[in-house]
Amino acid sequence: MLIIFYIASFVAVIATILVITQHNLVHALLYLVVSFLAVAMVFYVLGAPFIAALEVIIYAGAIIVLLIFVIMMLNLRQESVAQEKQWLNLQIIVGPVVLAIILGAELLYMLSFEPTSGLEGNVIGAKAVGLSLYGPYVIGVELSGILLMAGIVGAYHLGRQKKKVTHRFLETQEE
Amino acid sequence: MSVIPAEYGLVLATTLFVLGLISLLIRRNIIFMLISVEIMLNAAGLAFIVASARWEQPDGQVMFLFILTMAAAEVSVGLALILQIYHQIKTLNSDEASKMKG
Amino acid sequence: MRDLLWLIPILPFAGSFILIVAGTRLPKKLVPLIGSGSVGLSALITIFIGIDFITSTNDQIIQQVLWNWIDVAGFSPDFGLYLDSLSLTFVFVITFVGFLIHVYSAEFMVDDEGYARFFAYLNLFVGSMLLLVLGDNLVLLYFGWEGVGLCSFLLIGFWYQEEKNGYAARKAFIITRVGDTAMAIGLFMIFKALGTVNIMDIQGQAPVVWTVGSQQVTIIALLLLGGAVGKSAQLPLQNWLPDAMAGPSPVSALIHAATMVTAGVYLITRTHAIFELAPTAQFVVGAIGAITLLLAGFSALTQYDLKRVLAYSTISQIGYMFLALGVGAWSAAILHFMIHAFFKALLFLAAGAVIMALHHEHDMFKMGGLRKKLPVIYWTFLIGAASLAALPLITAGFYSKDQILWLTWAGEKGNIWFFLSALIGAFITTVYTFRMIFLTFFGEEKTHVSHVPGSRINIPLIVLAILSTFAGFIEIPHSLGHIQLFTHFLDPILPETILKPEIESTEWMIQLLAAALSIGGVFVAYYFYVMKPALHVQIKSTIPQVHNFLLNGWRFDSLYNWLFVRPFVYLSNINKNDFIDWPYHALVNVAIFFNRIFSFTQSGILRWYLIGIVIGAITILTLGLWM
Repeated sequence: MLIIFYIASFVAVIATILVITQHNLVHALLYLVVSFLAVAMVFYVLGAPFIAALEVIIYAGAIIVLLIFVIMMLNLRQESVAQEKQWLNLQIIVGPVVLAIILGAELLYMLSFEPTSGLEGNVIGAKAVGLSLYGPYVIGVELSGILLMAGIVGAYHLGRQKKKVTHRFLETQEE
Repeated sequence: MSVIPAEYGLVLATTLFVLGLISLLIRRNIIFMLISVEIMLNAAGLAFIVASARWEQPDGQVMFLFILTMAAAEVSVGLALILQIYHQIKTLNSDEASKMKG
Repeated sequence: MRDLLWLIPILPFAGSFILIVAGTRLPKKLVPLIGSGSVGLSALITIFIGIDFITSTNDQIIQQVLWNWIDVAGFSPDFGLYLDSLSLTFVFVITFVGFLIHVYSAEFMVDDEGYARFFAYLNLFVGSMLLLVLGDNLVLLYFGWEGVGLCSFLLIGFWYQEEKNGYAARKAFIITRVGDTAMAIGLFMIFKALGTVNIMDIQGQAPVVWTVGSQQVTIIALLLLGGAVGKSAQLPLQNWLPDAMAGPSPVSALIHAATMVTAGVYLITRTHAIFELAPTAQFVVGAIGAITLLLAGFSALTQYDLKRVLAYSTISQIGYMFLALGVGAWSAAILHFMIHAFFKALLFLAAGAVIMALHHEHDMFKMGGLRKKLPVIYWTFLIGAASLAALPLITAGFYSKDQILWLTWAGEKGNIWFFLSALIGAFITTVYTFRMIFLTFFGEEKTHVSHVPGSRINIPLIVLAILSTFAGFIEIPHSLGHIQLFTHFLDPILPETILKPEIESTEWMIQLLAAALSIGGVFVAYYFYVMKPALHVQIKSTIPQVHNFLLNGWRFDSLYNWLFVRPFVYLSNINKNDFIDWPYHALVNVAIFFNRIFSFTQSGILRWYLIGIVIGAITILTLGLWM
């Protein structure tokens, strides 16, 4: 178990580093899928098979597909990769990296306060999660429903584009 | 069955979070920024799962589900916004979309 | 019926509320219906209660406590209504004359874009005025007092697009504020001395706590008088009223002639127990009345503007009321108030109709010959003017003014100076009144009549004309038949005037004198303005200084300007840059400094904001870890 955890963690970190260093969007997304799959593996090892499945289906599946669709719709060409390279110069990177590493170091420092405790990796299955979800957290489920509804409506509204309707006699712009 | 120390899970979560944060800070491409946010959200979810495994309670997993829902909604709205921005200013550079300055 | 008392003030308030909230969205026909309907209903209830009052013999008081307003450390004024024959008289005048004026306004204001706003203000005014006279304690009275002040301000500045109207509104508000402050201090002192603000308790306790002429009660009475003087436009706070004519004519009729300006008379009558304990203060009341009525009368003689003549005559007539109060002729003052309300409302409304008919022409010397063109207005105006001039026997004004004249002569507190000023005032009143008539309605036509008023203007005029004639017959003096309905009506509330001994026999002489003076005044006016029209122009040119002095109301404006405004402006100029302001300027500068910084950070570049968030998170974590 521990070995699997280490391997999966290693893969996840490496894949994520590759994501953030790529210049090509599609390549980055592929590494992102790898990262998500590795994290799903970690979930499985930690005894959350249901969440691991969701991670694969929704993160590695739905969200990535959505991103890829948008990239295809935007129809980015080779220039964008060159531009990305140009944007990622060393001067810009240093400051934010230092800041982020300070933040991470502080977080890790905080972790060292806690006494060591082991994770047995006992399985908490879909049944337990479902009982909890529709028991004490039912209001959260309802709120999530509202949030998703708002997301759908908002995405639809924002994504709408002004159509150009060409009439026989006159050109008008319609929403 | 070998035992995984809880800190290791949290260290992994922190590492992924910081990597996402670095990416968010150094990128100008809005799509990359969105991807970075996804990485960070996933890392936060991982921390919840570790907590769930630590106390052997399902609550952490429920939280992950909520994060998942939020991430899905965020991505859909975010991508719609990106489409609009791209149509209006013809670039994905977030610095270009700085018309709302005080 | 008596339980419906609370509806009387509530109805106009409700009407006002509806008009304020929904005014511009209502159909235009509905606006006057709500506006005058609410006041009309109040008037109807008042009449029913009045009939009930007169017919029943016992218990001439209605009290209704709606709720307790506040209860702090022994100070617990109720929100209570109190109706006796005195307040009934006022309520009747307010609602009934108010209703007629609302009906008149429905036609007069119909082309104005602020139609609904106008009715909302008028209703609010009527409601506040009713609270003023119905309140059973001085706090509620003060509430209504300030409410009518606010409405007066709003209505004088009703046509706010013109700067001088706004100036007039502010002038009225600020000058009455001087009086209101004095009155508020008076109320505090009453509460401190008596521990109550309820008017009935004050009436009962005042004679117990204070001896006649004690210093404290004199000061209180003088402070209350200050409030009354401000509201009723008496010397030395009289100079706002002529400028208040900037408002629409119905407003002048309702607020600045019939009702609000007589609030001071009401206040003094209501608190007569205090004034009776302070003979000095009461003498001051009379002296103010006597001086004011002469000052205003002389000013009225020189005015060009039709409405300003009426304004000065209002000041002068209220001077008569104060004079009556000063000699302890309480019921005579109230009778004169009622009759004055009728004929002065009539005069203002008729003047408004004349001005409207002549395309907003205010100058009397540009009018003339309207007798034939506007017969209804001519006759009603003539009746009102006759009543104002107190032509003997046939007008209501004669009976009320005669009573005041008689009591200043015969009353125990009267003296020869009061009497003389009242007598001269009566003569001047007649002269300026008929000067007005002759200039406006006689002679040749100088401005073309463009708009003949319709029935909604004519009917209120006729009703008021009837009232200004017949209302006097409820009080006929000894020598002419001795009817004293009104005095008996007010008897339980107001003490009777004590006469000097052995004086009754001279009453007919006084009457004859007054009658002769008023008829003489008509002839003088006729001589100057119809027979020898050149003469008054000649007089004007020989003594222009005196003429201008009177035209500008004895130059009180300049005096106050010199005495108060200039020093105040000078002091505030000095005071503008004192060291107290430094901290505030520093505050402003600091705020500007941070504003610059923050607006610099609002660059619109998303990554800067993210860096900000990260730095913030690091700071918080660091603080959390090491503190």
